Amino acid sequence: MSADYAIETRGLTRRFGSFTAVDGVDLAIPRGRIYGFLGPNGSGKSTTIRMLCGLLEPSSGEAQVLGYEMPREAEALRRKLGYMTQNFSLYTDLTVRENLEFMAEIFALPRRQCAIRIRDAMQHYFLADIAKQRAGTMSGGQKQRLALAAATLHAPELLCLDEPTSAVDPQSRRDFWDRLFELAAAGTTILISTHLMDEAERCHGLAIISRGKLVAEGTPMALMQGIDALVLEIETADPQKASIALRGEAYVKNVTQLGTRLHALLKRDTATPVERLTETLRQAGLKAEVREIPANLEDVFVTVTSFEGDERVAPRA
Amino acid sequence: MLDSLRRIHAVAGKEVRQLLRDRLTFGMIVGLPLLQIVLFGYAINTDVRHLKAGVADMAHTQLSRTLVAQAQASQVVDIAAVTPSAPALEKLLNDGRISVGIYIPPDFDRRASTGGQPAAQLMVDGSDPTLLGVAQGLAAMPLLSRDLAPPAAVPLFELRNYYNPERRSAVDIVPALIGVILTLTMVLFTAVAIVRERERGNLELLITTPVRTLELMAGKIEPYIIIGLTQVTIVLVAGELLFKVPVRGSLVDLYLASLLFIAASLGLGLLISTVARTQFQAMQLTVFTFLPSILLSGFMFPFDGMPRFAQELGELLPLTHFIRLVRGIQLRGADLNGLLPDVWPLLVFFGLTMTLAVLKFHKRLD
Repeated sequence: MSADYAIETRGLTRRFGSFTAVDGVDLAIPRGRIYGFLGPNGSGKSTTIRMLCGLLEPSSGEAQVLGYEMPREAEALRRKLGYMTQNFSLYTDLTVRENLEFMAEIFALPRRQCAIRIRDAMQHYFLADIAKQRAGTMSGGQKQRLALAAATLHAPELLCLDEPTSAVDPQSRRDFWDRLFELAAAGTTILISTHLMDEAERCHGLAIISRGKLVAEGTPMALMQGIDALVLEIETADPQKASIALRGEAYVKNVTQLGTRLHALLKRDTATPVERLTETLRQAGLKAEVREIPANLEDVFVTVTSFEGDERVAPRA
Repeated sequence: MLDSLRRIHAVAGKEVRQLLRDRLTFGMIVGLPLLQIVLFGYAINTDVRHLKAGVADMAHTQLSRTLVAQAQASQVVDIAAVTPSAPALEKLLNDGRISVGIYIPPDFDRRASTGGQPAAQLMVDGSDPTLLGVAQGLAAMPLLSRDLAPPAAVPLFELRNYYNPERRSAVDIVPALIGVILTLTMVLFTAVAIVRERERGNLELLITTPVRTLELMAGKIEPYIIIGLTQVTIVLVAGELLFKVPVRGSLVDLYLASLLFIAASLGLGLLISTVARTQFQAMQLTVFTFLPSILLSGFMFPFDGMPRFAQELGELLPLTHFIRLVRGIQLRGADLNGLLPDVWPLLVFFGLTMTLAVLKFHKRLD
């Protein structure tokens, strides 16, 4: 395994009883990047991150994280690891400052640096005004800033974030990502699991995980360009009726309604897709305006997760 | 090494802060010892007096009246009812209106003077074992009367009560109460200590940090050692002020013994904490260990009187050994060196529970 990568895994697998949560995942994640795990709930993305942090032992396969063999060298990794859990896991009955002081002591930061780092972190993450507030009484965005401040206090080389922005508003999410880009620019490797498309789109590299398997990997741009489907947008007077008409067709993989419009994924080898779709709708007695558009990440996600081989996903009731 | 100490202190300091902010727990630390010492000290009183008694005097002689007066004067019984017959007396006893019935037969004078057969009959509510013991004492009471010849037989034994001549229950109860209070609070506090972090999600973060299992455990128990010693002080001071319970041995020995016992209890608490999945489970397990401690340690019942199996079980409990230590030091003025047979079991218990707790606790989620 090469030292260029922050994380390398081969055949990483985790079983819980008879259930395989993560199934033979191979990864090669470069240093200083923000790498996202995108997948539906229960797909195995949290389990993967937890194995990489040494929180769970793999059932089989190998993983090297920052050059440490996991899980054997998990203790050595912990000094260089920052971890932010899905739910707020600092102490709600301690204040902002007390929580940061606690983490500084736990990581045994050099004494002279402690006060400076805590002061800087509180300024950087806009926590200085609420330094004496107990964490339990803070808003979701404030808690998230505190959690990130605490996770980065010891300047970790690897930062693992497990669905960090599920509980915050879009503005807080933007601010949060600004911080992540700063950290990545400073050389921190960041692993992030998410099921939010706008968040996934911001990652340098992305792994889409479905039912424990790595189903697609690459930069968001490459994933969108390489999508195994054609994306068409349909404007029609009766989108519901159109949707039902399209779902019966073999060349249509997926249809989603977006307000008054429809978003259809067609098989990639469909010839003259715009004409074909217009014709299908005409036969159903519908007038429609159809155009081909570039794929977005959600299209990629839907294509690779809900569609395996030619097996059709049952339309939602 | 230095880093280790910093981490232990960080965990301990955090624990203290949380404790100070949790009013209920903080109240328990001070309130529980005070409440228990008052409850146990005043309520548990094996020196029973003023039992309600009924009299059926069939003799109506000078001597029979002397007997009744004398029983009354002993303060053991209060004559609450006078009935005309034995069946009426039995009825009162049966209804629970009296605990003791004194039946004086018509030929009482003759029986008393000739001896050989009991002069009167004492009916006792045997459903309460303590009462039975008291009544037996009453039955042994010699009848002092000018009309009678000096007692024919001199008692074989003369009883001398060491260490607690006034036979005050508080003197027996208070030292042992230190152990009972420590058992309850120390085990309970540490039992929930780690489970609480698990339940609140703090543990998921903590195990990704460099803090070691032993550091976490040490930091968790550090504050409770201080709290335990504080509780010992509260009980000792309250025992002295309220019940005049003396400390005859050395205070240093007493605190050393307490320290040992606190360590053993904290070890048990931590072990429970690593086994239980929820705080509720931890509390259940604590109660599960608390009951046998109370019953089999010699706190409630004399240890020597217990069946062999119960004694062997009792020897496994830290409280048994601590009660021997504390009674020895506080009441008999013994020193710790002389009590080594009860010192090492506590050390072994602490070592064993701590080791198991550290082994059982994994810095992983699975």
